[in-house]
Amino acid sequence: MYRARLGIRPGIWLGIAALLAAAWTASPAMALDADNPGSSGWRLLNLPVGVTSISRDVYRIHMIGLWVCVAIGILVFGVMIWSIVFHRQSSGAVADVTLVHNTKVEIIWTTIPVLILIGMAIPAAHGLVLISDDSHSQLDIKVTGFQWGWHYEYVGTGVSLVSKLDAKSMAASELDSGISPYSVPHYLRNVDHPLVVPVGTKIRLLIGAVDVIHSWWVPDFGIKKDAIPGYINQSWFEVDADKPGVYRGQCAELCGRGHGYMPIVVDAVSKADFQAWLKREAAAEKAATARASSS
Amino acid sequence: MAETTHAHAEHDDHDHKPHGWRRWVFATNHKDIGTMYLVFSCIMFFTGGLFAMTIRAELFKPGLQIVDAGVFNSLTTMHGLVMIFGAIMPAWVGLANWMIPIQIGAPDMALPRLNNLSFWILPFAFVLLLSSWLVPGSAPAGGWTMYPPLTLQLGASFPMLIFAIHMMGISSILGAINVVVTIMNLRAPGMTLMRMPLFVWTWLITAFLLIAVMPVLAGAVTMMLTDHFFGTSFFNAAGGGDPVMFQHIFWFFGHPEVYIMILPGFGVISEIIPAFSRKPLFGYEAMVYATASIAFLSFIVWAHHMFTVGLPLSALLFFMFATMLIAVPTGVKVFNWTATMWRGSLSFEPPMLFSLAFLFLFTIGGFSGLMLALVPADFQYQDTYFVVAHFHYVLVSGSAFAIMAAVYYWLPKWVGRMYDMRLATWHFWLSAIFFNVLFFPQHFLGLAGMPRRIPDYAVQFADWNMVSSIGGFVFGLSQLLFPYIIWKCVRSGKRVEGTRAWEGARGLEWELPSPAPYHSWTTPPTEAMIARGAEH
Amino acid sequence: MASNAHAPDSQHYYVPHGSPWPIVAAIALFTLMWGAVAYLDNWGGAWVFLPGPLLLLFMFGGWFHTVIGENQLGIYNTQVDRSFRMGMLWFIFSEVMFFGAFFGALFYARVLAVPWLGGAGARGLTNLILWPKYEAAWPTNGPGHVGGDSFQAMSAYGIAAINTLILLTSGLTVTIAHHALRAGNRGRLKLFLALTFVLGFCFVALQGHEYYDAYTKLNLRLTTGIYGSTFFMLTGFHGLHVTIGAIMLLVVWLRVLRGHFTPRQHFAFEAVSWYWHFVDVVWLGLFVFVYWL
Ligand code: HEA
Ligand code: HEA
Ligand code: CUA
Ligand SMILES: [Cu+2]
Repeated sequence: MYRARLGIRPGIWLGIAALLAAAWTASPAMALDADNPGSSGWRLLNLPVGVTSISRDVYRIHMIGLWVCVAIGILVFGVMIWSIVFHRQSSGAVADVTLVHNTKVEIIWTTIPVLILIGMAIPAAHGLVLISDDSHSQLDIKVTGFQWGWHYEYVGTGVSLVSKLDAKSMAASELDSGISPYSVPHYLRNVDHPLVVPVGTKIRLLIGAVDVIHSWWVPDFGIKKDAIPGYINQSWFEVDADKPGVYRGQCAELCGRGHGYMPIVVDAVSKADFQAWLKREAAAEKAATARASSS
Repeated sequence: MAETTHAHAEHDDHDHKPHGWRRWVFATNHKDIGTMYLVFSCIMFFTGGLFAMTIRAELFKPGLQIVDAGVFNSLTTMHGLVMIFGAIMPAWVGLANWMIPIQIGAPDMALPRLNNLSFWILPFAFVLLLSSWLVPGSAPAGGWTMYPPLTLQLGASFPMLIFAIHMMGISSILGAINVVVTIMNLRAPGMTLMRMPLFVWTWLITAFLLIAVMPVLAGAVTMMLTDHFFGTSFFNAAGGGDPVMFQHIFWFFGHPEVYIMILPGFGVISEIIPAFSRKPLFGYEAMVYATASIAFLSFIVWAHHMFTVGLPLSALLFFMFATMLIAVPTGVKVFNWTATMWRGSLSFEPPMLFSLAFLFLFTIGGFSGLMLALVPADFQYQDTYFVVAHFHYVLVSGSAFAIMAAVYYWLPKWVGRMYDMRLATWHFWLSAIFFNVLFFPQHFLGLAGMPRRIPDYAVQFADWNMVSSIGGFVFGLSQLLFPYIIWKCVRSGKRVEGTRAWEGARGLEWELPSPAPYHSWTTPPTEAMIARGAEH
Repeated sequence: MASNAHAPDSQHYYVPHGSPWPIVAAIALFTLMWGAVAYLDNWGGAWVFLPGPLLLLFMFGGWFHTVIGENQLGIYNTQVDRSFRMGMLWFIFSEVMFFGAFFGALFYARVLAVPWLGGAGARGLTNLILWPKYEAAWPTNGPGHVGGDSFQAMSAYGIAAINTLILLTSGLTVTIAHHALRAGNRGRLKLFLALTFVLGFCFVALQGHEYYDAYTKLNLRLTTGIYGSTFFMLTGFHGLHVTIGAIMLLVVWLRVLRGHFTPRQHFAFEAVSWYWHFVDVVWLGLFVFVYWL
């Protein structure tokens, strides 16, 4: 008969070593970047809460799921660890071989999870219903993905724009470009023409694609929707009126070589600024078409 | 009848092994075929691992340093395909081949020549798949999920991908038919269904899943083939089709597929934990029913991979609830394993260590799966590294660790020698710890917004990616220990005395001498042997 | 069931010796697949596809020859026989699932995709924005009129109806043949088995004629949008199965002529007749959902 001679001893040493190494690498970086959130990723551990009612809802559902799992985990792992520590052969534990079946316990650990799951499903279903309700939108934007960029059309205004990875990121992202990604502002998360939207406005997106499937995702808005060639999907968001700003996301469906280079940048501005921007764009567009037809 | 006995006499005295290459190429012996499957799987694990190492090296820091963006996509795709179809599934079939006839008291698999064919298709399939690296346009780069229209854009590798999948499918179906027939028809007298070891039970259900879903995958890729070459419109909206239709058909296969990769693992864990707790498995019957429920549910949850494609609200709700339900039978399993350890007499040999890691880490992977099932939250997680973390927790620390546990558990039976337990313990600890260094940070990356399948990333993701890559390198290097330990054991391990390598081990395999004789149960085991194994 | 299977003779479950046929089969499959790749990728002329099927035929010939020989020697006991039967049933189940994928595609297109393209349901805006002139209907070749502006659907009342009758009759004749075999009536067996595969080949011939009409008269092709895709893929794979089934029936018939099979042991006959019934049932599904409704 064979016995383990090492058992769990290497684990203790390796575990301590790994933790020390982790602390050692993480601590200077943490300290260094305390007030420069853009450049350090150590503290990026969780979902953003976001700037829409939907994203806050999603965040809440996420946290419920997380804490339920943590709680069950502590319980289950606790029992396992208890057995590992106290029911060891080497410390003289004798197996209770009659313990093979217990209907009562089995019923309990089947029904309680069901109840927990119902408890999780209710807020999730509720959130889902809210997300799905895209009626009464105040502005429709048609979003079309292509390899590799986004085309945005403000429905009914004649304004449209094409949004692609910005030139600086593009240059730095070449294989062996020699340009440090750290020297590029918002490396790979910046575009030439951002999507401009008004805050405090329910915006419906009509999402499609021309070539392959893409996916439009801005974490701060809490929405992600695939862009399917030949079909139109709908989604919506409404940025909090007091949270104008620039929000960034990326294409979230593998779409070929350029999949990693297909960011989404949304510039959420006040309603007044938006109207002014729209007017400017419409005029520019009109001028451009006029120039094109006269020449 | 007279001629029948004559024929038997003729064949029975051929108890010696065939020698040389014929033994392997013409093999009909379940152990030989099992060995070939396992060796093949090991080679594929390292091939897929090499792709993974290249991925991790490229993602070590932001910017492109090693491979071009297109090659990166090929690496990701091939890594997924090779690991799933080349490493995990063949390993399970190999273990089934080795253990099922022994565990049910049968002389061999029911259809030995078919068994040989199932195996030999595989190397050819992978020659076909892997040689796609050499053709213009390089290897498939549309992800292992092969979604059209992107996959339709592939160059010369497109038909290679499709036909390689067809070959793997044929191999799996034939292998699975063999397993089902062996279990249903070749059990020794007295080996009733409810006395079968759980590894046999879980494999029976797995085989059913395989036969049910591999043909569906074949159908899906066939439609893709005709869309590409013969002008059909299955996945083309202009012709009245829908790209999303592929996803439905694919995931109807794909979700059961992930349980195909984990259920035999549940079986293995259900053998090992009792053995090293020196206590019968808790809740044997519940385990059987839980496995069956998981298999049943796996057919009605496929769209949880498609929450963002624009499904109707009712479909989203249905698939969310159905998916969450799987936590119940899986929970039953986890609780039963825990209860098996409870008031046991535990010792921590390598198979047990890997099983314990499975218990903790698979459960963590299950938890993240449950979070993914919450549709609104999945809108944030989908196609991010959170998903990558989820499925490596269930696949690497689930399936792969279970395979390693199985090998460490049964190796002494196979070769009649004991491996270097000290080294195996180090293999375990390095794997378990650096697995977490490798994949735990990927949860953070995903939540922070890093999409999967990208060759390069924004700088705020750099820190955790570097940690993950370091974990990956150490994890990968540690895996070199595994074949080394096996090699050393086969060559020069200490001989195992008696039939039972582990004091707590139960089951018919431990009634046979070590190494197990070339022909397993030429006469069926006795009732007493079966009863000893089925104490539950 | 398993326990009574282990009568004393089952201690001698037949574990065959190593055989070259499986590896030949694997190589044949590999050659076939490479041939298809080379052909589709234009790495050579059409001939590159040829070696695969030839090898495959050679392999089937050789493997079946061995197995039939062993069977005639009486090496297989009832338990081996049961393994073969179970294997065949599970194989047929896998075939059912293969057809299931294509039926699934048909239902998905008819119930979901086409109505969406026509403006109904969850993705209804698709119609308004992308395909404003398209009206959902079945049969259809989609909003892009893929494969030509107009085509005609295949009628259920022409060849399809005749073929339904043919297949149903053949299901009957094969059953009569089976009864005859069990009753030891070899003459009847030969006659009805022959009738069965003749009916099978008639089916295939008529289907060929139907396809010819479709291409030349109805402007209905494989490329005719989703209708053409589902129509030809479903009926095509079915026709392929009928062809294979009929060939297998022919082989079994030849074996009957040679005096093979006993009233109690006739696995090959049963396997083929199960296969034939499966092909029959699939056809009924096709007739209802592809031709009729
Ligand atoms: C072995 C493989 C395996 C296994 C077992 C699982 C198990 C599960 N998976 Fe996973 N999954 C994959 C492999 C696997 N998965 C892969 C490969 C992908 C990605 C494919 C790709 O896109 O490339 C994926 C993706 C994936 C997604 C899609 C993510 C996305 O792309 O957006 C989802 C969503 O629902 C999901 C859910 C689940 C769930 C709910 C389980 C459940 O079975 C888990 C159940 C287990 C537990 C819950 C833990 C134990 C239970 C208890 C201790 C009881 C008490 C618990 C509670 C009541 C909470 N998985
Ligand atoms: C069962 C399956 C399985 C297994 C075992 C693994 C194992 C590993 N996977 Fe796996 N992975 C998948 C299945 C699996 N994966 C799937 C399905 C996908 C999705 C694909 C897709 O998106 O289409 C994926 C995707 C995936 C990604 C995401 C890629 C992307 O989205 O772009 C990453 C990134 O880190 C990754 C890493 C790893 C690593 C580091 C290992 C390690 O565990 C591997 C360890 C093994 C070795 C390293 C081999 C042994 C050692 C050597 C070869 C010696 C040389 C060693 C050194 C030089 C250090 N995998
Ligand atoms: Cu577009 Cu990814
Ligand atoms: Cu799934």
